[in-house]
Amino acid sequence: MLWDPRNKDRHEAAAAAAALGDAGQLFPTKALRKFLASLTSRESPVLMDLGPVVGPNVTFLGERLGCKIILEDLFGDLDRYPKASETPFAEYLKTRLKHEPDSVDGILCWNFFDFLDLPSAQVLARSLTKLLRTDGALLAFFATIGAADARFSKYVIMDEDSVRQRSYSSGGRKQTALPNRDIIRMFEGLKVSESFLLKTNVREFLFRKPAQTS
Amino acid sequence: MWKRDEAVRQPAQPAVPTNEAAAAAPAAAAQAVRPDTIKSQNVRDVVNIGKSVVIKGELNGSEDLTIEGHVEGKIELRDHVLTIGPNGKIKAELFAKSVVVLGEVIGNVSASEKVDIRENGSVEGDITSPRVAIAEGAHFRGSVDMAQKTSKAASGPRPAEVKPQPAPQPVMQAQQAQKVG
Repeated sequence: MLWDPRNKDRHEAAAAAAALGDAGQLFPTKALRKFLASLTSRESPVLMDLGPVVGPNVTFLGERLGCKIILEDLFGDLDRYPKASETPFAEYLKTRLKHEPDSVDGILCWNFFDFLDLPSAQVLARSLTKLLRTDGALLAFFATIGAADARFSKYVIMDEDSVRQRSYSSGGRKQTALPNRDIIRMFEGLKVSESFLLKTNVREFLFRKPAQTS
Repeated sequence: MWKRDEAVRQPAQPAVPTNEAAAAAPAAAAQAVRPDTIKSQNVRDVVNIGKSVVIKGELNGSEDLTIEGHVEGKIELRDHVLTIGPNGKIKAELFAKSVVVLGEVIGNVSASEKVDIRENGSVEGDITSPRVAIAEGAHFRGSVDMAQKTSKAASGPRPAEVKPQPAPQPVMQAQQAQKVG
C-alpha cells in the first residue's frame, strides 16, 4: 500500500474526533448551582446519586458539601435487567432503594427517568419522594425529544454551572420525552422549585420537599 | 589501599575546625548518612503479604503494608499506608491513614487521610475519609462519607458563597438557558 500524505490528515482528524467523543459534550446547567446551594446550609448532608460512579463528582461533592454520598447506580441495574423478564422493572424498583424514609437531603437523578416506562418512573418517583427529607432537593434532567436507541450518559460536574455529558457503552434503550404535566404529577408531594429549558433541549427540574402541613 | 583511605577520609572533619564548622559537622555527617538510612528504613517499613498468603483474623501493624494475598477479618494500620495490590482480595474492615486499592475489597474502608481506588480497583462497601479519589475504570458500590469538619474548613468557598460568576466560555454562550413557562 502506497503512503498517501492525505491519510495522515484523515488519521489525525479521526483521532481528534475520537478524543472529542471521549471528552463528551460540555453544557451549562442552571439548576445544579441551586441544588448545591440548597444543601450547603445543612450540616453533613446525605446525598444520593442514581448515576454510575464518577470519581470527579464524588471528589467535587464531597469536598464542597462535606457530605455523605450514597451511590446507587440505577443505570447499571437497568442495563443488567433482562429485557425479557416476566417481572416488570417497576416491581424491581419498588424494593430497590432500602433506605429509611426522610433520610436523604439531596438526590441527583440525572436523566434516568428518560429511560423508564411510565409505571417504572412513577414507582421510582414515589420511592424517592419518601426518601427525601423535608426541604430536601431532587435534581433531574428530562429530554425534550425521544430516541429509539439512546446510550446512557455519565454526567461529570465541571463546576456549579457546567456539566460534561459523556455517553458510554451501556444503554441502547428507548428514551422517552415525558411531558411536563406527567413529570409534575409523578413527583406528587414535591414542589417544583426551579425548571429550565436549555438550548441543548434538556429540561432541568429542581424539586423541593415542602414541610408537611398537618 | 591508599585510594580507599582518601575516600573514607574525605567527609571527615576539616583541617582547621572553626566553631561553626564544628557545629555543622554532625549535621553534615547526619546528611551523609541519611539517604542510606532512609532507604534501609523504607525497605524495612514496607511489608508485603504475597499472593499465596491467606489470612483470616485481625491484622494490626505500625508499618506500611502491601497485600497481594487474601485477607478476611479486619486490618488496622492507623498511622500507615495500606495498599491492596492488583492480586489482593480482601473481605475485611479496613482502618488506615491512607488506603490505596488496586485489587478487590469487600468491606467498609476508613482512612484518616485518603482513600484512592485506582483503575481496575474494586470496592464494595462504605468509605469514610476526608479525601476520596476514584479513578476511571474503577468499580465502587456503596457510600462515601467525607463529612468531616476539617475537610469542610479546608475546602474552598461554598457554592452559595461564590459571588463572582466565571466568564462564560464560547460554547456556553451559544447555549444560554431559558426558563420554562
